[in-house]
Amino acid sequence: MVKEIERAGLPVVHMCTIVPISKTVGANRIVPTVAIPHPLGNPNLSYEDEKALRRKLVEKALKALQTPIEEQTVFE
Amino acid sequence: MIKVVHYLNQFFGQIGGEDKAHIEPFVKEGFVGPGMALNAAFKGQAQIVATIICGDSYYAENEEKAKNTILEMIKKYEPDLFIAGPAFNAGRYGSACGSICKHVKENLSIPVLTGMYIENPGVDLYKRDIYIISTKDSAVGMRDAIPKMASLALKLINEEEIESPEKEGYIERGIRINYFASERGSKRAVDMLIKKIKGEEFDTEFKMPDFDRVAPNPPIVDIENAKIALVTSGGIVPKGNPDKIESSSASKFGKYDIEGVYDLTNETYETAHGGYDPVYANKDADRVLPVDVLRELEKEGKIGSLHRYYYSTVGNGTAVANAKKFGQKIAEELIKDGVQAVILTST
Repeated sequence: MVKEIERAGLPVVHMCTIVPISKTVGANRIVPTVAIPHPLGNPNLSYEDEKALRRKLVEKALKALQTPIEEQTVFE
Repeated sequence: MIKVVHYLNQFFGQIGGEDKAHIEPFVKEGFVGPGMALNAAFKGQAQIVATIICGDSYYAENEEKAKNTILEMIKKYEPDLFIAGPAFNAGRYGSACGSICKHVKENLSIPVLTGMYIENPGVDLYKRDIYIISTKDSAVGMRDAIPKMASLALKLINEEEIESPEKEGYIERGIRINYFASERGSKRAVDMLIKKIKGEEFDTEFKMPDFDRVAPNPPIVDIENAKIALVTSGGIVPKGNPDKIESSSASKFGKYDIEGVYDLTNETYETAHGGYDPVYANKDADRVLPVDVLRELEKEGKIGSLHRYYYSTVGNGTAVANAKKFGQKIAEELIKDGVQAVILTST
């Protein structure tokens, strides 16, 4: 899906936990996330801290969308 | 006696389903689950001395640690052969099987083998490093896979000549081997050309690698005015799963209106995904689809707007052809709706 969206002309950032799979499927902008069942959260944190963590990750994704790249790039 | 160590995930290791996918690796003496049939298929020539069981999510999230812990466990048994799976079309399991096989091969210099369905992401990651028997996409193919795995395993141990992927049933590794053909090259080339002209099937002797890569698009320059859309393969749907998206092998995607939605709660949204423990996403679907923080960013003017609809499917054993179709259709609609960039989340 990531690849087809990119192919259609839209910049897309893939937020996922297993980066090697994301690379294999051909995502170009990759933001690694927390864990498979909760990529954008961490149930061990308080509600506020969890939301702050999620916001940080989404901001990273937005930054990735604003970054010119030539090849597959992981935004750590 | 040839000693074999076998690797299984929590499911085939008979520990449990997704609720046990986080378990750390541990050893059981002898064979477990599919190991029984595998052991029988060795017909007394080899024996599974131990089985290592590890949760799929644990391995995927802690690859370095997991593979080293497992390597130490394997070493104790001084095996002559290591077999993982088969993993069929289970993505995390296949990736783990490939990863651990490669690690064992590199560190213990013993033959290794696994089995997967051709679309398992573990295939592209590891087919150049190891032998992967080609299996069906679900455990229905176990009976088919086991004899092939046992036969290739014994050949590897006995250092017999490994024949072509078609004959042995493994997935092509991109390795070329010299051999004496019965006819010279020019004749073979002309024969092939004639078949091609006639529209008949022919086998090329020099396959081109299949690099389907898409070049990255230019970045967003004016994010404060951009319309951003959310797409997920994590199966987030309005509670009740109105489109009945399948929990695995999804045949469709859903499009959901989130106008006026500022937070996904356990009363309004859930996951339809059957390939990960749904507890966390069902409690708070923002953990997979970050609507809450995108609304904040929208309010603060950090992004132009969040697109009115989000798109969702279940990425769990989904056929590549289907995923491709979903992606094309979704992109087409997003472009028509004036979306400028996409955040796609996966579990």
